[in-house]
Amino acid sequence: MTAVAPNAAAATASAAAATASAAGVRAAARIVARDDGRGGTSLRVLEGEGPLAPRRTRGSGAEAHVLLVGAMSGPLGGDRFAVDARVGSGARLRIGSAAATLALPGQAPGEARYDVRLTVADGGELHWLPEQLISARASDLRVTTRVDLAPTARLVLREEQVLGRAGETPGRLTSRLTVRIGGRAVLDQELCCGPGAPAGWDGPAVLAGHRAVGQLVVVRPEFARTPVAARMLGEGAVLVPLAGPAALVSAVAPDALLLRRLLDEALAALGPATAGEPAPDLR
Amino acid sequence: MSRAALLVLADGRFPAGGHAHSGGAEAAVRAGRITSAADLADFCRGRLQTTGLVAAALAAAAALGHDPAELDAAADARTPSPALRVAARKLGRQLMRAARATWPTAELDTVARAFPKGAHQPVVLGLTARAAGLGPEDAAHCAAYESVSGPATATVRLLGLDPFDATGVLARLAPELDGVVERAVSAARLAAVDGVDALPAASAPLLEIGAEAHAAWPVRLFAS
Repeated sequence: MTAVAPNAAAATASAAAATASAAGVRAAARIVARDDGRGGTSLRVLEGEGPLAPRRTRGSGAEAHVLLVGAMSGPLGGDRFAVDARVGSGARLRIGSAAATLALPGQAPGEARYDVRLTVADGGELHWLPEQLISARASDLRVTTRVDLAPTARLVLREEQVLGRAGETPGRLTSRLTVRIGGRAVLDQELCCGPGAPAGWDGPAVLAGHRAVGQLVVVRPEFARTPVAARMLGEGAVLVPLAGPAALVSAVAPDALLLRRLLDEALAALGPATAGEPAPDLR
Repeated sequence: MSRAALLVLADGRFPAGGHAHSGGAEAAVRAGRITSAADLADFCRGRLQTTGLVAAALAAAAALGHDPAELDAAADARTPSPALRVAARKLGRQLMRAARATWPTAELDTVARAFPKGAHQPVVLGLTARAAGLGPEDAAHCAAYESVSGPATATVRLLGLDPFDATGVLARLAPELDGVVERAVSAARLAAVDGVDALPAASAPLLEIGAEAHAAWPVRLFAS
């Protein structure tokens, strides 16, 4: 797990590059991937600071791999994290994270923010597969994930939210995911849960006591001609075609492990991400 | 505006086909998630704050004169379940028919022609309110109320719940409903300046998942 405890001294020491203040830590990571012209993908930009350290790991084939390594705890209350990843035409990039992200309460007042911006050009492909986001007791985090895809871009995106560590009351978590293809939104969903969220979030219409909730978004131009057929994947998960060349798996589960199993099975059922490639290994 | 026009539009007997839909209550009852009036209240509260808020904002924006095609696309993006998209369009088409007969306007005719398969119901609801001389608050109130009145009525039939209890649930939700309408209308006003991204996108995973499970049943009492 990235974060252990809200230890201010350790956090400040390892956040030398990030801007730490009474208002919380500000940190940003930037990743730019380009087709290198030799059948591979080069990373033109790979920058991060403090809690957001992107590391290049061994890629496979034409695909570059990046792992976000958490170098400190967080996000804590008042922190602002941002990740901006851009994939150029024909480039292929996979981004994961070394550990789960743990939202914790902090010294600074106010909510923490984590903003992710993902942009993929025509013919580019991005796999955004971070580990879970865990909302710890008394934390308050707002996440926005905004994906802008060119009409022939490809995407596999997974997000998983876990409400509290084992047996723990969660904090407040608001997460909005927007996916645009050619400027048109095909998915815009916000989930708000935990103490302080609008009433009914844990009731029979929304989560009904489930402590893990996740989405898997797969965008492939060929879905425009042959969309996936909607089907249940067990009691708590469903695969649906969106209003555009995209498919969504929406899932709830009692815990993080069962949720991951559901999403892994769903991705495997969708078949290889790229024609002629083996089914991806989801870590 | 005419307050009586609001009563006509909000009347459960307004012939717009809403009675055939349970708003996800049938799936929740079958899954054992609604077994009492208390569960119904919890269900309605969750639905009101998610799809109810979104529907109210879409209706308010349409009533304010926002481009219906943009609102319809925004509704699609906020409705991942294809079963719910189909249900929303079917309800939109039925409401459009009733609206054009009740408050005929050139604007309704234009939108009806642009969406032969129906636009999302909240968008049509907003346009209907506009045709009836009503404002965005009225449209949002209708949409927010429909988001809970449908499940409440359906649960009376599905569970044999006491109708007095179901109505009590709705009455106690009134202050929250007013709050949702307020948020919906301010978001709709913001959308007039900042575009449809300013509209809420609150989601309810179990409503989406339940809707697809429900659509696959061979026999069901309600259409959605």
